[in-house]
Amino acid sequence: MKELIQRSGLWLLPPLFGLILLGAWEGAIRYWEVPPYLMPAPSAVLAALWGDAALLLGSLWLTLVITLQAFLLAVVSGVALALLFSQSRLAAAALYPYAVILQVTPIVAIAPLVVIWVGYERVNLALLILAWIVAFFPILSNMTLGLRAVDPNLRDLFHLYGASRWQILWRLQLPSALPYLLAGMKISGGLALIGAVVAEFVAGSGTASGLAWRIIESGNRLNMPRLFAALTLLSLLGMTIFGLLSLIQRLLLARWHESELSKAGR
Amino acid sequence: MSADPLLRLDAVTLSYPNGTRALAGVDLTVAAGEFLSLLGPSGCGKSTVLRLVAGLLSPTSGQVEWTRPAARGDIGFVFQEPTLMPWATIRANVRLPLDLAGVGRAEGDSRALAELEKVGLSDFADAYPRELSGGMKMRAALARALVTRPGLLLLDEPFAALDEITRLKLNDDLLALWRHGGFTVLFVTHSVFESVYLSSRIAVMGPRPGRIVGEMMVDLPPERDLATRTGTLYGAQCRAVSALLETAMAPASNTGRGAG
Ligand SMILES: Nc1ncnc2c1ncn2[C@@H]1O[C@H](COP(=O)(O)OP(=O)(O)O)[C@@H](O)[C@H]1O
Ligand SMILES: [Mg+2]
Repeated sequence: MKELIQRSGLWLLPPLFGLILLGAWEGAIRYWEVPPYLMPAPSAVLAALWGDAALLLGSLWLTLVITLQAFLLAVVSGVALALLFSQSRLAAAALYPYAVILQVTPIVAIAPLVVIWVGYERVNLALLILAWIVAFFPILSNMTLGLRAVDPNLRDLFHLYGASRWQILWRLQLPSALPYLLAGMKISGGLALIGAVVAEFVAGSGTASGLAWRIIESGNRLNMPRLFAALTLLSLLGMTIFGLLSLIQRLLLARWHESELSKAGR
Repeated sequence: MSADPLLRLDAVTLSYPNGTRALAGVDLTVAAGEFLSLLGPSGCGKSTVLRLVAGLLSPTSGQVEWTRPAARGDIGFVFQEPTLMPWATIRANVRLPLDLAGVGRAEGDSRALAELEKVGLSDFADAYPRELSGGMKMRAALARALVTRPGLLLLDEPFAALDEITRLKLNDDLLALWRHGGFTVLFVTHSVFESVYLSSRIAVMGPRPGRIVGEMMVDLPPERDLATRTGTLYGAQCRAVSALLETAMAPASNTGRGAG
């Protein structure tokens, strides 16, 4: 019984805690009569979500599309570049430093430049590029690491049986790298969203109309309920991305990888 | 040695790129069909010899000569760890050498299953490696090494990480496979008892840089079982091998004594 509570309790704990927090929040706002332009009650946020649904969902859609595009682009380009690096040391030596430079330069610092270069009339493309830059590196570095993390005895075995370079890549390196890639994707998915939001903040001035812009706009107009509503959607989007990627990770690794051992149950 | 040689190591030395001198003039002949154990303290270069024979390393000087050229799949290798692909089923793991050689899926599957049957793992063909015990994983590795029907099976302390009961069982299973398989075995171990129990011949290596310091035919009937282990003959053979090993381990003066 106690075990049951402990096990199901762990699942229930976050929502339960959230409900208590929301209740306290609602109560405090009402008790002290806090004006909504300072801090909206949860009920007001819910009302804004409902009332501005069309507007907010449109923004959500835009942010979602840019995030997904940037993420997919990051995965494809990161994996491709990691494969290139693994096949050619020369390419790795020549290109890797630039990937690092791209990674360590704060995105906010490059954002205005990218927006100007791409042009305000194509601001969504600028957002995509910026989100991609942020999301790209975890894929590259994890995949590069993964392609190298091959059991040396297994590599010997492949050599013993005269495996071609292609066979080693396809049958040994790629499966070995998969857990690393999936871990990188989990980080990258969150970063793509962050990149899309930050980029929109920098682009500003109503050219893009994603969730970030709704937040800026609502802030300027002291429309706190809508600001909180946009914020809520942003968090939900982030959690959904993380949840989906965790699910993919579990499905792909469940039967063989140590990281999924405890979850698979015995 | 009576039988015709399968391969010969002739004054083989090997230094690793970092300068470590692993082997200093190894002379060793492996006879076709024998069960030869390579016995020596850890770090003396036993694995290095196996990797040279497997063609994974080339000698710094000296030669590894085959009486007939070894074709792909003619050598099976079992490592100290099972070295299975964790993402593939046992069946797919055993099939790997055939897959790499371009053997069709259906034929590969049936040959893999036949090999799994021989090591008693038929029921685990579709399991993943982590669902198996250490001993079962080693059996799978054995099946994989034998699936190409190699002429030479190389084993590098394959059972060292297993518990004793499992190890003894696997020793008997390996012997049975060898007796019926018609292949040659080169078996690396650091256990005197294991080498005597398994082998038809033992080559003892001295500490690094390794070389062969003594060889001994094992004077035991070919059929080995529990009675073998408790017999007086077995004890005597173990003592003889231990003495050889002790000579090998004696500091510096051992060359003088060996010559005397
Ligand atoms: N790849 C390597 N590079 C450098 N030194 C090595 C390498 N592999 C093994 N050695 C060294 O060569 C010696 C012999 O190694 P090894 O053949 O593995 O010995 P054994 O199998 O008898 O324990 C050891 O001293 C070991 O440290
Ligand atoms: Mg070794």
